[in-house]
Amino acid sequence: MQSVSKMSAIRTIEDVLDETPTVRTLVFSDAILSKVLPGQFAMVWIPGVNELPMSVMITEQSDKAAFTVRKRGESSTALYNLKAGQQIGVRGPYGNAFDIKAGRIALVGGGTGLVPLMRLAKFARPENDVTILIGSKSKDEVFFEDLANRILVKNKHKVVIATEDGSYGQKGFVTDVLENLLQTEKFDGIYTCGPEIMMHKVVRLANSRGIFVQASLERMMKCGIGICGSCCMDDVLVCHDGTVFDGKFLEASTEFGYTHRSKAGLLENY
Amino acid sequence: MTPDLSVSIGTISLERPAMLASGILGISLDVFGRIYRAGAGAVVSKSLSKEPWDGYPNPTIVGIKGGYLNAVGLSNPGAANFAKMISKNKEIPIIVSLVGSIEDEFEFMVRQFENVKVTAYELNLSCPHVEKVGLEVGDDPKLVTKIVSRVKSTTKSPVIAKVGLGTTDYLDTVKAAIDGGADAITAINTIRAMGIDVETQRPLLSHKIGGLSGSAIKPVAVRCVYEISSKYNVPVIGCGGVSSWEDAVEFILAGASAIQVGSAIGDKWIDVFSEINDGIADYMKKKGFSKIGEMVGLAKRF
Repeated sequence: MQSVSKMSAIRTIEDVLDETPTVRTLVFSDAILSKVLPGQFAMVWIPGVNELPMSVMITEQSDKAAFTVRKRGESSTALYNLKAGQQIGVRGPYGNAFDIKAGRIALVGGGTGLVPLMRLAKFARPENDVTILIGSKSKDEVFFEDLANRILVKNKHKVVIATEDGSYGQKGFVTDVLENLLQTEKFDGIYTCGPEIMMHKVVRLANSRGIFVQASLERMMKCGIGICGSCCMDDVLVCHDGTVFDGKFLEASTEFGYTHRSKAGLLENY
Repeated sequence: MTPDLSVSIGTISLERPAMLASGILGISLDVFGRIYRAGAGAVVSKSLSKEPWDGYPNPTIVGIKGGYLNAVGLSNPGAANFAKMISKNKEIPIIVSLVGSIEDEFEFMVRQFENVKVTAYELNLSCPHVEKVGLEVGDDPKLVTKIVSRVKSTTKSPVIAKVGLGTTDYLDTVKAAIDGGADAITAINTIRAMGIDVETQRPLLSHKIGGLSGSAIKPVAVRCVYEISSKYNVPVIGCGGVSSWEDAVEFILAGASAIQVGSAIGDKWIDVFSEINDGIADYMKKKGFSKIGEMVGLAKRF
């Protein structure tokens, strides 16, 4: 299994879903990737362009997996622009998974960082009471709200939207909304994925209240399998030792929330 | 008696025989520390150039049957930045790998490490997928002698030449490095190779051609170690497809004073180092050896 997963398998895009004007979900058949654990990722080859680490998105069809991508740089835009019938290479799954605590949990996501959190919601136990906080710049960039409600239909749950411009849901950063929520509500676990500055704030909010917290990190990643060293952070490799890390480790890190590495391996400030 | 796993590679002494090979995991002192504590005798850095290099776009490393193809493109933070990154090193034996085109570049880079604890320098004369450096330098024996001799006159640290299989007879490259004063030879680098995906009909690597590593190249590497150590009186570090203690012993019997491990980390993670150490120790007990040096080149008696 592991030796097979180091080679790309070619998959054909079967369906393309527009989530927002800048975000799309590409659906394809893959029995293994459809079942990965929340937090695990695949390396996605866009032939002729690049190969990117992508968290594997859930679908509502069996044996189908997906990637949700925002068009930003050249490579993510190339992935975004793929049409049904076009091919990508996938290898994986790689990385560890979220440790889902019993009881009340909060999922805090920004943008496409919601992808592993949607899978976490799908893996939640029936007795989990789940609060999902979705952060976005504005109303037209909010996505996965309906999906979150559908996934959690059998759970006690709540979906909270925060937009920076206040055009939908609560106004402000999702971290501000979380901070307010934590004044009145208790959680047994908080899980976050999104921009690192956001996750850094979430981790500190949770740690300072003694709440178990985990974040799924994204770093400059080339091989995805613990060989090239590009994604090193302190003494860990994000691809091999993560991408999910506990809040205690993250708060002690001298790099998380402060610096990341360039393609050349140079430390650069956020 | 517990077997002694320490090794001597000319004037270089290491507590354990297996090093991290260049190009793997090698850009942060914290990660180096973890690898050293996992049982590596030394860590070899990624090859550093005079300026930072981004490397090639992905795919840069792909798994294939028997190993990996890679064309990372020597991405690295540059010698001066790297020297700062490891400036606080106290305990880890770090071998600094350098890559360049001419002797002036190598002298400049070595000078960046004047106040840093460096166990040795390894000159990359063998990367098979970047123009004007690596194998293209190794294929020019006169240039090899000039570069090695310049580095030798710039530093008192031992200098290792890492050779590979190019268009010049690699034994001539070894000779040129010895003539320049090399203290040891690392053999071999990845072997120039490529793979094509039949479904999309595209080369697997963005750079199309890269280097082959892993089990697939081990017999070639063993042969080279055997030939070099038979022909020349120079310590050899074996590199190429070591993924178990048996592989490590095989290289030692072929004539290697120590070995380097790279691709196997992709399958076994850094636990591979303790596996190799423990396996060699058991083998030595069983066969009655007390020091690794007693085993070096034993296959040559047949």
